[in-house]
Amino acid sequence: MDTNNPTTVSGLLRFITAGSVDDGKSTLIGRLLFDSKTLHEDQLSAIQASSRKRGMQSVDLSLLTDGLSAEREQGITIDVAYRYFSTPSRKFIVGDSPGHIQYTRNMVTAASTADVAVILVDAENGVKTQTRRHLYLAHWVGVSRVVFAVNKMDTIGHNQTTFELIRDSLINLAREIGYEAVDVIPVSALHGDNVVNRGENMPWYRGNTLLEYLEQVPGAHDSSNQIFRFSVQRVLRVNRDNVQKFSAFENIDCRGYQGLVLSGQVAVGDRIVVSHNGSEARVQRILLSNKRFGQAAISGQSVTIFLANDIDVSRGYTFSNPDQPMSVARDLDAALCWFDENPFDRSKTYLMKYGSDLMRVKVKEIQYRVDVNSLERLDAENRLAMNDIARIQLRSQRDIAFDKFAVNRETGVFILIDEINNHTVAAGTIQ
Amino acid sequence: MNKLVDNLNNLDDVRPSSLSHLESLESESIHILREVASECENPALLFSGGKDSAVVLHLALKAFYPERLPFSLLHVDTEHNYPEVIQYRDAVVSRNELKLIVASVGDSIKKGRVHLRAENEPRNKHQTVTLLDAIEEYGFDVCIGGARRDEEKARAKERIFSFRDEFGQWDPKNQRPELWNLYNARVFPGENIRVFPISNWTEEDVWEYIKREDIQLPSIYFSHQRAVVKRNSLLVPITDLTPARDGEVIEDMFVRFRTVGDITCTAPVASNARSIDEIIFETKTTRITERGATRLDDQTSEASMELRKKEGYF
Repeated sequence: MDTNNPTTVSGLLRFITAGSVDDGKSTLIGRLLFDSKTLHEDQLSAIQASSRKRGMQSVDLSLLTDGLSAEREQGITIDVAYRYFSTPSRKFIVGDSPGHIQYTRNMVTAASTADVAVILVDAENGVKTQTRRHLYLAHWVGVSRVVFAVNKMDTIGHNQTTFELIRDSLINLAREIGYEAVDVIPVSALHGDNVVNRGENMPWYRGNTLLEYLEQVPGAHDSSNQIFRFSVQRVLRVNRDNVQKFSAFENIDCRGYQGLVLSGQVAVGDRIVVSHNGSEARVQRILLSNKRFGQAAISGQSVTIFLANDIDVSRGYTFSNPDQPMSVARDLDAALCWFDENPFDRSKTYLMKYGSDLMRVKVKEIQYRVDVNSLERLDAENRLAMNDIARIQLRSQRDIAFDKFAVNRETGVFILIDEINNHTVAAGTIQ
Repeated sequence: MNKLVDNLNNLDDVRPSSLSHLESLESESIHILREVASECENPALLFSGGKDSAVVLHLALKAFYPERLPFSLLHVDTEHNYPEVIQYRDAVVSRNELKLIVASVGDSIKKGRVHLRAENEPRNKHQTVTLLDAIEEYGFDVCIGGARRDEEKARAKERIFSFRDEFGQWDPKNQRPELWNLYNARVFPGENIRVFPISNWTEEDVWEYIKREDIQLPSIYFSHQRAVVKRNSLLVPITDLTPARDGEVIEDMFVRFRTVGDITCTAPVASNARSIDEIIFETKTTRITERGATRLDDQTSEASMELRKKEGYF
């Protein structure tokens, strides 16, 4: 463990920035990098040259993240760009995600690994359609916390009353979508107020700056639920033909299970149940990534588990706490987001990747679609096209051990793959 | 298993409560490597002897420990190497009993697959042809690489499992969605996936990890004396391939390499850092990015890396 870090928040925070097209997402990231002194001189001189080439008066910080030539050409963000910065207390991975509806799949790609969504709102325009859509998608994909940055406060004269009106409508909207507590921060990404530095333009605001918020907010694994789940990626079978030289395992034949602790924790001596067949066993040893045996492993750790007795375990199986087993069924309710340009085809079966398991599924019924702009339910009309979000029923080729997304966001998710072209055509959460 | 108890008296007593950033990154990388090994038929780990590929190899040895690496290494060799790097590569391969395949740009030139416009020109971009030919010859469905998103703006956009079509092309406007930790590694024969397990690591993370894990590196990563000239704000090492130009003053300077590649287009930086701690200190305080300080070929246009990747580059 990192002894320099006595706090309980994890050392790494992943967040995305989202929001409407012109709300200044990329500028905000540029500001975070610039004011936290992460931006390097050659990057700055490159975007200075680029800004001049485009006839701009000042440096356009958004050029930092718009990395594709098509993006710079069109002045929009097509796909997520990842940026990295750190402060003395934490490391950050930032996903700058696209705002246009046609790039929804890239926005949810970015959001799916984020602990926090920073959603920008233009102080002049307040809540817009995209604000609602991004908030909905962040919640849909499982981002546990949201902070709103009400940007361009300079354009409304840093007015407190206007800010408070926007703040209240955002809090209401977030509650409607499922976020009980959200933070709202008035900022100016252009001038830097309340991003890293407090600035002098909004003395009435006493809350955290955006960076202070990000340094203190718990990460996903800090608050993940305590139900133990371990996904078996690989069966380790050590023998003299495949053992690494000089390892402590020379001359020892054994079998272990390599995988990721998805949630909760496990300790030597614990009983586990194999979700796919109900077999139970005791954890004999936990091999950590430092090649030493440990007492316990927690969510987010890649480890190898050795069991005290031989039971049937393959890739795709999940170890669980016997007191909190997974559910088993062939028919599942799910929320689905369709990504592919080819619409859903009722006559096809799709491959479902769930944890490290892979199986064929059919979509039995589309119950309704959701208008992500208005949040209203639409008739299913028996179709799913690109960017549609729908409530569906799935049937699997065999029994599947699962958790509902509302219970466990680590084990309640899956993707669908079209076997004809191997496209990732959809993502889903089990309802 | 009981023998293990006798053999190993090294139980970690610590019960972790949260993960440090390096532990999180390491765990993510190991998860990715195990997915590759489980889902793909014939992966290759791209190994140049540089620090990033050394870290990826170290992670791979951990991911499958105590089993040996379940795939081979592939070095796409420009033949414009510093000898220290090749010595290092061969030492690592023999120490860990690895299988190394070397595909050289020189062979591609002899076969007429690569045409040089100048004899000693940089061979970075020519690696694409050699790489794609090797993928075809050995039937690799996956190439695992050490590229990081913090290196360059096109890389910042790339998926961890990055699909390439039968021409090796990356289509940045149409990448596969990649959600949660569910990776789609499926390809048809002739297609290829590039997998980047340390996508989310920064240069600083790499050095901190090298320190924590005591990973050995080629000596040219550390400060040493070298004959260089100053050209376009970069230090150009003077070698047989890169002679001084008329009027340039050759100086003996203390330098180190931040990145290792083709001699003709990789520049060292002035540095007295002889230890990893000193390198970490310099990395934290530098005002120039890794590629900005060291690459003579990335700055020709805003999109050089993107263009090369579209043609099948790493």
